[in-house]
Amino acid sequence: MIGMIVAITARDLKLAMRRQADIVSVLFFFIIVASLFPLGIGPEPQLLKKLAPGVLWVGALLATMLSLPRLFADDYRDGTLEQLVLAPQPLGLTVIGKVIAHWLVSGLPLALLAPVLGIQFDLEMDALFILTVSLLIGTPALSGIGAIGAALTLGLRGGGVLVSLLVLPLYIPVLIFGAGAVDATVTGMGAEAHLSILGALAIAGVFFAPWATAAALRISLE
Amino acid sequence: MNNRLINWFKYASPQSFYPLAGKMIPWFVALATVFGLAGLWLGMVVAPTDFQQGEGYRIIFIHVPASWMSMFIYLVMAFWAALGLAYNTRLSGMMAQALAPTGALMAFLSLWTGALWGKPMWGTWWVWDARLTSELILLFLYIGFIALQASIDDPRRADKAGAVLALVGVVNIPIIYFSVKWWNTLHQGSSVSLTKSPSMAILMLWAMLLMALSFWMYSIAVALYRARTIMLERERGTEWVREVLQQEGAK
Repeated sequence: MIGMIVAITARDLKLAMRRQADIVSVLFFFIIVASLFPLGIGPEPQLLKKLAPGVLWVGALLATMLSLPRLFADDYRDGTLEQLVLAPQPLGLTVIGKVIAHWLVSGLPLALLAPVLGIQFDLEMDALFILTVSLLIGTPALSGIGAIGAALTLGLRGGGVLVSLLVLPLYIPVLIFGAGAVDATVTGMGAEAHLSILGALAIAGVFFAPWATAAALRISLE
Repeated sequence: MNNRLINWFKYASPQSFYPLAGKMIPWFVALATVFGLAGLWLGMVVAPTDFQQGEGYRIIFIHVPASWMSMFIYLVMAFWAALGLAYNTRLSGMMAQALAPTGALMAFLSLWTGALWGKPMWGTWWVWDARLTSELILLFLYIGFIALQASIDDPRRADKAGAVLALVGVVNIPIIYFSVKWWNTLHQGSSVSLTKSPSMAILMLWAMLLMALSFWMYSIAVALYRARTIMLERERGTEWVREVLQQEGAK
């Protein structure tokens, strides 16, 4: 069981490493979006500090969403996905493996990059720390929930826009508690409560959403 | 099976449900009209002016039923979706598809009337309060559902994909309902409760319940009407649709 997950994750990672430009472009999207906000709002440090948690979280959310179609699209096009569906192992496990790989190449680098962008927004040390932690906990949920949308829109025309319509509403709780955790740290309230709920969402996103994704994949492939 | 009063499975096929829905629609329209007129009369004429909120409070007779229906329709939609996934019935997907636009309308109506009410009462059209926000998310979920179904050409796949989305989205409904307790914000708590006696005048409660019933009956009537159209469209190649169309053309 674990072997299946590890095998799928390793395979997807290897494929991702062969196309590093895809990973880097998502990261640069994140950097550019985060840099656009100060240009649009103005350079006052107080205002930027207040906006930073939300801006960085929304940026990470959009970057994750942009990378979602890659999750299944290539395997769908060359027929690998059909073989995976036919495999004797439960499809849910395959999806978990793919979600983990997706997180490793999108969520993890985003979380590691976020503090650098946070410095641009004049965040304090502890806030930067919580920002990274909240992204580390929250982005697995984004990958897990997003996989449902990616599976549902597989092979549809206008899939990219559609995925945002389906997935962004479901991302809202993660956004609220993720940005809330950083905000609570900035205002000195402590982020434990937010991080706990975020952890709960992440567990649900990684371990329950894949079964819905598996159902969606079967529908898309029939 | 056959000694039951009604064989429910008979009506799981569009062919036999189509005439039944046609017979039911006028009744639900009539009920919606009667309840609506009674509710409006009680709410707009009989119910006294609120001493705090003035005449403006009367918008709740639209606002609250619309909010209830927007959530309730999503649950019904998810119920049909689950039934469709479990039993692979054609009619379930059609019902879910027929309900979605009405649900979206109710969610929009609830937000719109809420804004109209909020301006004089809170002094602002919109606040980022938990309940308003979750109602907005509900509207987004409806729109996502409609958009997903619209972009899939194969109706069977559209039904099933929509069903998965509806079931995933149904997680949102309890968040809406309990958000008042979770985030203690500007939106007043629910005034109607099953456990304690309601904090609003009994007359207003009656007017609101009548309006809710009216909205409910309206939703059923419209959903059935839409489902009939969907049935005709999807089954247009079949014999029974040709017969139905010939009969209706002859009238």
